[in-house]
Amino acid sequence: MLFLFTGLITVGFVLVITAYLFISGLPAIKEIGIKEFLLGKRWASSASQPSYGILPFILTSIYGTAGAIALGVPIGFFTAVYLSKFADKRVKSLMQKAVGVLAGIPSVVYGLIGMLVLVPTVRKVFNLSDGSSLFAAIIILAIMILPSIIKVSITALDSVPEEYEQGSLALGATKIETVFKVSVPTARSGIAAAVVLAIGRAIGEAMAVMMVSGNASSNMPTLFGSVRFLTTAIASEMAYSSGLQRQALFSIALVLYFFILLINAVLNLILKREHH
Amino acid sequence: MEDNIIEMENLNLYYGDHQALKNISMAIRQNSVTALIGPSGCGKSSFLRCLNRMNDLIENIKIEGSIKYKGKDIYRKEVDVTEIRREIGMVFQKPNPFPMSIYDNVAYGVRVAGIKNKARLNEIVKQALIDSALWGEVKDCLKKNALSLSGGQQQRLCIARALAVQPNVLLMDEPTSALDPISTAKIEELILKLKEKYTIIIVTHNMQQALRISDYTAFFLLGELIEYDKTEILFSKPQNKKTEDYITGRFG
Repeated sequence: MLFLFTGLITVGFVLVITAYLFISGLPAIKEIGIKEFLLGKRWASSASQPSYGILPFILTSIYGTAGAIALGVPIGFFTAVYLSKFADKRVKSLMQKAVGVLAGIPSVVYGLIGMLVLVPTVRKVFNLSDGSSLFAAIIILAIMILPSIIKVSITALDSVPEEYEQGSLALGATKIETVFKVSVPTARSGIAAAVVLAIGRAIGEAMAVMMVSGNASSNMPTLFGSVRFLTTAIASEMAYSSGLQRQALFSIALVLYFFILLINAVLNLILKREHH
Repeated sequence: MEDNIIEMENLNLYYGDHQALKNISMAIRQNSVTALIGPSGCGKSSFLRCLNRMNDLIENIKIEGSIKYKGKDIYRKEVDVTEIRREIGMVFQKPNPFPMSIYDNVAYGVRVAGIKNKARLNEIVKQALIDSALWGEVKDCLKKNALSLSGGQQQRLCIARALAVQPNVLLMDEPTSALDPISTAKIEELILKLKEKYTIIIVTHNMQQALRISDYTAFFLLGELIEYDKTEILFSKPQNKKTEDYITGRFG
């Protein structure tokens, strides 16, 4: 009974949040017009002639996430392969602990280090007037998603039955051939799940990226330009917003929520396919 | 003797401090079926896994003595292990097809060996499936996932997979212990057919099986080779009291 109750509480929260986002997010979209809202290129919420286009935020979130995935997935994947299949036990356990610590670092700390170390470095290396940029955000995000990729991929790779690998070795395959032709394909749904989780993590991150991305409100994203994400758009204006502006922020949250739902749907699809 | 394909001399195997094989010397005749029998933990599986160096994967293992395949020691430093495993194939206790299509399972070892030509692959896969008596059952569904086959079919697929790389020797580690009697009968029939082309060494718990399919039988006990002889002699006139006790079911 207690378990059912706690379960219901969780489901209840999801339903309440969903309902709240729809109720508070839809009016502004209706007023602004869905096309103008999603495809408008200018966000000037506090101008005398306010404009509420969030295309720059959407694109920034997509580019930022894609960049982080492009950078973080290969690193995370090969780390997981190494730790699961090649590293000796002591190295594996040590590295796994390190990855655990990486996962536990609060995002504000990532942001802080990003501000103090990464941003100045980016400025110097690329000779920019300001290092706060989409590029800096991508690097921070890539590091932040590493733990989820590594952990979930290791779990998937560790659970590949040893008989498969032995079967491959007994046929004259080398260890590397065995890992990449048998173990990785066998673990592919788990690895795909790791990537999807990482996408979710990256697209939902606010604090760290706000601190390194410059946060300019209506620039279409460029790699070294100051940019604003969907998440940071909400976080940076919520405190002082009112009226339509405030409602529009809820609309942004609704858009973000759709992205998360989509990612979850993909994840469920992958996990479901694994059971067949 | 000319027709010995594998010869072991003073083979000792240790897992850490535990000695699992003690001073084993024996020779395996070409194109014969040799059965290894003995109670659980007697070292027969460890012994089998020395022959294709699958024991290399275990930590803290030490192997002494020599194993010669076609007159050459397979534990020499310069030996390519993958080559040895291609010549000496293995079928495991539990059927372990890869989670891929039937075709890809059989083609796996061949592809790894570097053969990419489609027509050639098709030919090899077909021949291996014919040789393993599975072709008739799967020829229309080669794209199907191998895991959808029955246990007996899976084991014959594993045999096909091993045959596809054209080994000389097949090691079988209790290949029928996870199968029902009908599937077991099919595999035994297959083994008898395969010995025309291959040398087969089979670990079995089932003495009736050893009697039915093997030409030679080796009896292991506590890491020692107690008796090794023609199967009909070992089972009818065992020289050693321990062998006699075991085959008459007094222990084990």
